[in-house]
Amino acid sequence: MDFSILTNNIDMFLEGLKNTIIASLIALICSLVLGILIAIFRIAPFKPINWLGTAYVEFIRNIPLLVIAFFIFLVFRIPGLAAGTMALTIYTAAFIAEAIRAGIQSVPKGQMEAARSSGLTYPQAMWNIILPQAIKIVIPPLGNQFINLVKNSSIIAVIAGGELMYQGDLISARTFVVFDTYIFVAMFYLVLTIPLSLGVGQLEKRLAKNN
Amino acid sequence: MFVKNKWVKLAIVPLMAALVLSGCGGKDEGKSGDEGVLAQIKDKDKIVFGVKNDTRLFGLKDPGTGEVEGFDIDIAKALANEILGDETKVAFEEVTSKTRIQLLNTGKIDAIVATMTISEERKKEVDFTDVYFDAGQSLLVKKGSDITGIDTLKGKKVLAVKGSTSAVNIREKAPDAKVLEFENYTEAFAALKSKQGDALTTDDSILYGMVDEDPSYELVGGTFTEEPYGIAVKKGNEDFVKELNKALKALKDSGKYDEIKDKWIKANN
Repeated sequence: MDFSILTNNIDMFLEGLKNTIIASLIALICSLVLGILIAIFRIAPFKPINWLGTAYVEFIRNIPLLVIAFFIFLVFRIPGLAAGTMALTIYTAAFIAEAIRAGIQSVPKGQMEAARSSGLTYPQAMWNIILPQAIKIVIPPLGNQFINLVKNSSIIAVIAGGELMYQGDLISARTFVVFDTYIFVAMFYLVLTIPLSLGVGQLEKRLAKNN
Repeated sequence: MFVKNKWVKLAIVPLMAALVLSGCGGKDEGKSGDEGVLAQIKDKDKIVFGVKNDTRLFGLKDPGTGEVEGFDIDIAKALANEILGDETKVAFEEVTSKTRIQLLNTGKIDAIVATMTISEERKKEVDFTDVYFDAGQSLLVKKGSDITGIDTLKGKKVLAVKGSTSAVNIREKAPDAKVLEFENYTEAFAALKSKQGDALTTDDSILYGMVDEDPSYELVGGTFTEEPYGIAVKKGNEDFVKELNKALKALKDSGKYDEIKDKWIKANN
């Protein structure tokens, strides 16, 4: 393997890593918030709001991320990294909403009925009784979504967002050392995704212990 | 101890993955190249050319017919006619500036006829024929732009295509400009149209194709580099290069070359 590719272009790799981390972090937080909101829409006891949530999920998760990214980039005319982060947020939120909805609905119905009949309001019952149980079920699929999100951020390369994949493209084009360049790109992704993966695993264990 | 072990594990996993991956690469590279490219072409009685599918006037896929058309395409067909005696003995594979050298070196294509500039850097990777077209790098802007040439690019966003010589050149000639690189010319032009950049830079020949498509854009500042196009073949195939050069010369002598050029490249004004 040609390590001079790494050392000669370390600035570009680090710039790419920085932008990938920025895009992933922002998209992760925003998509979690948006995803929870949409999940609430989907299970709320009010039909029109249900439809709104369902429409969002079915519309967004059935369009390729690449198309969403191009659309935002060309229509909203914001810089590549920002457009890409926005696309990642919108896209991942649909999947997160589904994971959360599935988790909440897997808590037996009797729990909600018991909570309501003991005098709690719907939001109180949801917050104090249902969500604490649902969160344990939701953690593993959420972890998957976060890892996917980090990898999906490579889509930003096609709208010149300057993240890892984009830098890899430029380096391989300049040096013609294509294979080794992308191996280093893969390593940088692993540096981000493996700790994330292990972190989710730890969280899972800790929540299981509390049970 | 426990914590220490965990961090060691963390570091080892990516490293192992990298080693495994690089192992795969080594095997692939050794596969092709036992037999010369020219001999292979004579065997299969067909030449596979790597051509652009997104470059107006040079290699553009007509969505209606599914056929690729352009100057490069006609040159490739004429070359096949000279070498194999029949202009239908060709196959076309789509390449981009980014993928073409890799595709050539892995043997997926026999030669590149894809608006490819002969450069010293690239000569280390591939062999080139004689020049078959003379282009020069220029700038494309929306009519009425305040950009008038290469020295008015300070602080401007310039769009280019990944893997092209123009992306490298513009960084040297206009170091104060911000360069954004896209996958291909269609996407770069789309970005220019939605004002994601102030100018698009590549060879004038390609830019004329864009003006042909949308006349509200114009070239400014003339050309600031020389971009001689050559046909690239895999390194170490001198006999194939010679054969291509002979064919090119025959096309120029017979007037066929001028005929093709006049057909595609009209207004170089």
